[in-house]
Amino acid sequence: MTAPKTLYDKIWDAHLVHEAEDGTSLLYIDRHLVHEVTSPQAFEGLRMAGRTVRAPDKTIAVPDHNVPTTLDRANGIKNEESRIQVEALDRNAKDFGIHYYPVSDLRQGIVHIVGPENGWTLPGMTVVCGDSHTATHGAFGALAHGIGTSEVEHVLATQTLIQSKSKNMKVEITGELRPGVTAKDITLSVIGRTGTAGGTGHVIEYCGEAIRELSMEGRMTVCNMAIEGGARAGLIAPDEKTFEYIKGRSHAPKGAQWEAAMEWWKTLFSDEDAHWDKVITIRGEDIAPVVTWGTSPEDVLPIDAVVPAPEDFQGGKVEAAKRSLDYMGLQPGTKLSDVEIDTVFIGSCTNGRIEDLRAAAAVLKGKKIKAGLRAMVVPGSGLVRAQAEEEGLADIFQEAGFEWRLAGCSMCLAMNPDQLAPGERCASTSNRNFEGRQGYKGRTHLMSPAMAAAAAVTGKLTDVREMM
Amino acid sequence: MDKFTTLTGIAAPLPMVNVDTDMIIPKQFLKTIKREGLGVNLFDEMRYDRQGNEIPEFVLNKPQYRDAEILIGGENFGCGSSREHAPWAIKDFGIRCVIAPSFADIFFNNCFKNGILPIALPQEQVDILMKDAEKGANARMTVDLEKQEITTSDGEVISFQVDPFRKHCLLNGLDDIGLTMEKAARIDAFEANLEQSRPWV
Ligand code: SF4
Repeated sequence: MTAPKTLYDKIWDAHLVHEAEDGTSLLYIDRHLVHEVTSPQAFEGLRMAGRTVRAPDKTIAVPDHNVPTTLDRANGIKNEESRIQVEALDRNAKDFGIHYYPVSDLRQGIVHIVGPENGWTLPGMTVVCGDSHTATHGAFGALAHGIGTSEVEHVLATQTLIQSKSKNMKVEITGELRPGVTAKDITLSVIGRTGTAGGTGHVIEYCGEAIRELSMEGRMTVCNMAIEGGARAGLIAPDEKTFEYIKGRSHAPKGAQWEAAMEWWKTLFSDEDAHWDKVITIRGEDIAPVVTWGTSPEDVLPIDAVVPAPEDFQGGKVEAAKRSLDYMGLQPGTKLSDVEIDTVFIGSCTNGRIEDLRAAAAVLKGKKIKAGLRAMVVPGSGLVRAQAEEEGLADIFQEAGFEWRLAGCSMCLAMNPDQLAPGERCASTSNRNFEGRQGYKGRTHLMSPAMAAAAAVTGKLTDVREMM
Repeated sequence: MDKFTTLTGIAAPLPMVNVDTDMIIPKQFLKTIKREGLGVNLFDEMRYDRQGNEIPEFVLNKPQYRDAEILIGGENFGCGSSREHAPWAIKDFGIRCVIAPSFADIFFNNCFKNGILPIALPQEQVDILMKDAEKGANARMTVDLEKQEITTSDGEVISFQVDPFRKHCLLNGLDDIGLTMEKAARIDAFEANLEQSRPWV
């Protein structure tokens, strides 16, 4: 009998090309996703060395970070550097013969939304991208993680990656979520509990009843932020919901191949007695709708809490909290629900999928946003956008006073013109509240789409449960 | 890739936890399609005001640290985005070694690919090095990769761990892609097998 394995162990073993004595391993990569920001230097490296892309049909590229999301973008990208970067990807995709979704393609969108949506991401695969939120794809039971540009070049040239194995960490969310609590609240609460370095050196597998109950969209939200918890990747074992989501997508296997794939996919779970290096258990019932108050994703509190004081912390975190509070312009003891906002951003690879838009629209239906507020919805892909229009969600957003944008990363990292002004405070469904992330001196509060919608209505951080 | 053997230089103290890659190199500098030239923008938002003037209090703007080649940081250094622009900027500035109690995974990896040596040490030892670095430009430290030792300006020796494969690559300036290409036959064999076992991939 073989020793019991975790899901991570199983995927790892199935992709091992070579293992050196010291444990340094060469791992085969099934899918390589590429965007415009982290790839130009890699393609340039290939050219300089006279190398080609080893497996162009396993390589998928889409521009997302720099693209404007305003409706006039067909007229071209005004910012010269952004335009050059996107044009470089256009050219590289063509020269090296990889799958490509240009800005003009309806299916264009954020790379981590485009991959699953078109059936590129499948259970048991290894998926990499020069982007830390590659962890998103772990929702399908794929081992997915971010890599640097040198590694992008390495994968392009060899379809492999040099890796050493991480440790196994289990995060179990038991029981049921309470009303108003979503996947975003789960993932933020886990980071609040373990800290941004809690998962360092580990691959996390999320499990438990509350995780099983989540839709695929929700599972992607959870895995997306595994990186904010410091983990190399997040995983969720595939189940009927996973297979249902994949079936029929354009690049998913069909016919006999589908049957063969299913046979393997069904073996992808952690064995009963598998070894875990770290286990965290949280009761679903104990998770509240949360927001962040500081400049690290671990600065998480339930919406009914108050802004903490630096003395509430220990070690280096005391100074960090002081700096955060100063940056965020918050006084200890202030009720979070009294904090007024200027902007609302709904979108990103964390919460730019159809279910996220549905959740926000459900709160906004028949309501108006607070006068003077700037609010925008940026769907994660052109397909999400089209579906939301079909379902009438776009109308709800627009009637409420939201701008209805085209797909891209947008204000998640503000590389395009969608930025916060200094001091501007934003309720955001994205994943990072770092200093300057959404614009120089901009202030970010992370939360779920439903919470962001509630904040849009009142103009303050708001407990969505009061509006349900 | 540039070799890293031993380095004797000025160490700059940056006693902050969770230094993220957005701080190291903000997004407006990610639009480059080159690897070089990012050093002037390293820690841009902490280093310059909006008019582009240097903020004198920031460590790398202080006269004694302008030529720093070593950086001493706090816990979880390099967290956040996978941007390799962070190590590119660090290297372009002239820093070849970063020492901290812990690092984020991707950043740690990216350092090695660019001839930068990241060293994780227990907090107490980082504290010793931080104190040493605070002495300014006369306090030059030595980092010896071969011996896996750091020597402070007072002659105190602290040893460190490093993955043997990465050490080998750094010492010899080896390029990963070239090394992997030598295993092409194994990759071919793996792919042939894959055609049979998981043809849908
Ligand atoms: S949406 Fe944000 S986090 Fe996601 S890929 Fe784009 S910039 Fe990165």
